[in-house]
Amino acid sequence: MGRKLLLEHINVPGINTLEVYRQKGGYRAVEKALKTLTPDEIVEEVKKSGLRGRGGAGFPTGMKWSFLAKPEGVPRYLVCNADESEPGTFKDRYLMTHIPHALIEGMIVSSFALGANTSYIYVRGEMMPQIRILERAIAEAKAAGFLGKNILGTGYDLELYVQPGGGAYICGEETALLESLEGKRGNPRIKPPFPAIAGLYGCPTVVNNVESIAAVVPIVNDGGDEYAKIGIGRSTGTKLISASGNLVKPGVYEIELGLPVEEFIYSDEYCGGIANGKRLKATVAGGSSVPILPANLTLRYANGEPRLMSYESLSEGGFATGTMLGSGGFIAFDEDQCIVRNTWNFSRFYHHESCGQCSPCREGTGWLEKILHKIEFGHGTMDDIDLLWDVQRKIEGNTICPLGDAASWPVASAIRHFRDEFEWHVKEPMKSQSTNYGLANYANPIEKAPEEVKSQN
Amino acid sequence: MSDLVKVTIDGITVEVENGTTILNAARQIGGDIVPPAMCYYSKLKGSGGKCRTCIVKVSKGSEKDPRPMPKLVASCRTTVMDGMEVQNITSPEVLEARAGVVEILLINHPLDCPVCDQAGECDLQNLGYEHGLQKTRYEFERRTFDRIDIGDKIQLHMNRCILCYRCVFTADQITNKRVHGILNRGDHSEISTYIQTAVDNDFSGNVIDVCPVGALTDRTFRFKNRVWFTKPIDAHRNCTHEKCNGKVTLWYKGEDVLRVTARKDQFGEVEEFICNECRFDKKKTADWTLEHPTHIPDTSVIASNHYETFKPLPVIKENLSLQEANKRELEKTTKI
Repeated sequence: MGRKLLLEHINVPGINTLEVYRQKGGYRAVEKALKTLTPDEIVEEVKKSGLRGRGGAGFPTGMKWSFLAKPEGVPRYLVCNADESEPGTFKDRYLMTHIPHALIEGMIVSSFALGANTSYIYVRGEMMPQIRILERAIAEAKAAGFLGKNILGTGYDLELYVQPGGGAYICGEETALLESLEGKRGNPRIKPPFPAIAGLYGCPTVVNNVESIAAVVPIVNDGGDEYAKIGIGRSTGTKLISASGNLVKPGVYEIELGLPVEEFIYSDEYCGGIANGKRLKATVAGGSSVPILPANLTLRYANGEPRLMSYESLSEGGFATGTMLGSGGFIAFDEDQCIVRNTWNFSRFYHHESCGQCSPCREGTGWLEKILHKIEFGHGTMDDIDLLWDVQRKIEGNTICPLGDAASWPVASAIRHFRDEFEWHVKEPMKSQSTNYGLANYANPIEKAPEEVKSQN
Repeated sequence: MSDLVKVTIDGITVEVENGTTILNAARQIGGDIVPPAMCYYSKLKGSGGKCRTCIVKVSKGSEKDPRPMPKLVASCRTTVMDGMEVQNITSPEVLEARAGVVEILLINHPLDCPVCDQAGECDLQNLGYEHGLQKTRYEFERRTFDRIDIGDKIQLHMNRCILCYRCVFTADQITNKRVHGILNRGDHSEISTYIQTAVDNDFSGNVIDVCPVGALTDRTFRFKNRVWFTKPIDAHRNCTHEKCNGKVTLWYKGEDVLRVTARKDQFGEVEEFICNECRFDKKKTADWTLEHPTHIPDTSVIASNHYETFKPLPVIKENLSLQEANKRELEKTTKI
């Protein structure tokens, strides 16, 4: 049984109320941080903990905090990114629904560490119930003296606001989020300057994911060194994984980083295997943006060693044979699922969510979707597959924000690993409408790295 | 530390002020190595970074940190560092990526140049000639919008728009009140006015000049003529508007002034914004003091009809039947 830090008390009745949360040791971190630690000490603890951003990019949180500019007389802001909209990711929603105080406690400690007196939680507009839960929790915390003026008599003031977003995926990109929070159109800004220098209203700002902020609480309680003992290598601590797809037990799991992927999928403690006794065909390991992998490469590296759930291990082998941990949206596909259809579905999403600011993403995502639609519905040609590869390559890396990359990686990886299936759709247009390509050789045990995969990279 | 930094673009070193962008450093060098810019406009604050045609490769970050930048960068929004080395036309990677951007810009463009007023002075057309493919690989229906009149002098063809945001910045920064912006998102975003408000203020006409394509066109010039049949002449008048200095280019066809635009520099940017009175209402030679023919670069199609460059080909002088056929043109050259 792995250690649980965030979801330890998830099943305690009434944990969403301040009273029960405090009985279970909640708000200890606030008292400890505000009364015994200086802001710099907290930043140092977070640095020591090795906590990496849980929103997707995996940038070390402590490092991000230490980059924050601290000019005199200019307010600083902490913004919590709760605009969770990546297909396959629902961990933040789960956390906010059930333990809202964990986020609020984390916000108080983090705001104190950064010297912010006003902090925002930017919640995706569709999550209205969670917004109400957070607002109620904030009111509770305020009544108990954890928010507002002179918190716990330490002289530290903090106002916490919940801001509903308009429901755009792009507003999960930190600069687009800031634009949206300022009341403007949610277009990503061109960086530099980074938010740590000029963020919200032009002031230094840190934007962190819900889970990263909640993870600050155990770090402050137990110390950064203790937190760093969990996990493997540079992937420390625990991570919430949103497991979905054809699994026996989909849901949100807190895992210690370094758990073997095989154990995560098949052990009864976690997902319990593939539903209905089917076999695993492919997985998307970290939310829709990361490369999709066939079953054999999901479980093992190209050299046959087992793959682990960690930032480094999942990206082992680069994009040729690896993927990314991303935001932890783990989607499993069984042998009856069509990869072409899934890729088309993802592309449709990115086409719909592109903000339209820079040309490769605006026009290219639509193009990708149309070509994939054509192939999926049996009108494709072999040239279309090559065209698809070429178009995604023109988008990747040429856009303002990572949405362009996120739109092209699933397409690139699907072609890289599942080209047979795309070709089958072209060769058997009628058959592909009624049957599926099936498992083929995607779950065959790996002996050595396939040469053509190497050369494609 | 001195304020000048050295940057090398395609092997040519130039010293520029600290904080200059790569694009502006390249413009100081001039010539072929200047990256094309569809959305950046030096007179508009905050513009640039959107069209991605100006992408370049930074092969050496700076003297202090010589690592190359991992991705191609938008030269209009990347500032130079001391010792930076940039590859533009010398990098096949950049040219390929740029060709990709051009292709992507054109997939939903109607390519109606034969009926577009902008043809001949269109940045997208030039870019397409330089980097575009012979044939489109896009086989789907193109996105379409209805064209609308925004105000009585300007027409918006959203089909042609490449969403460079220049007109939005212009309306925001030059004119008193911002009345238009972008609606929707993704590939169905469109330039639009606030509900049915017309774009109506003294400087609104400038959005026509800043538009790199034929999305915003002058209704008073609509279908009057092709630009390469008109003759541009620099002129000025004493404009009473406090923010307008009345320096313009008049576009003549015979005796008539067909349209008035602001003067443009070598990068296609207006030198100074002009007011609507100069642009739309003063279309008589008597209103203006003529200066001299506008200099048009030889590479422009407009130059083919220009006084400075029209020289009868040697073969015409030698061949009688050709002389007969080109009688009018020859008379014209002798007249001028």
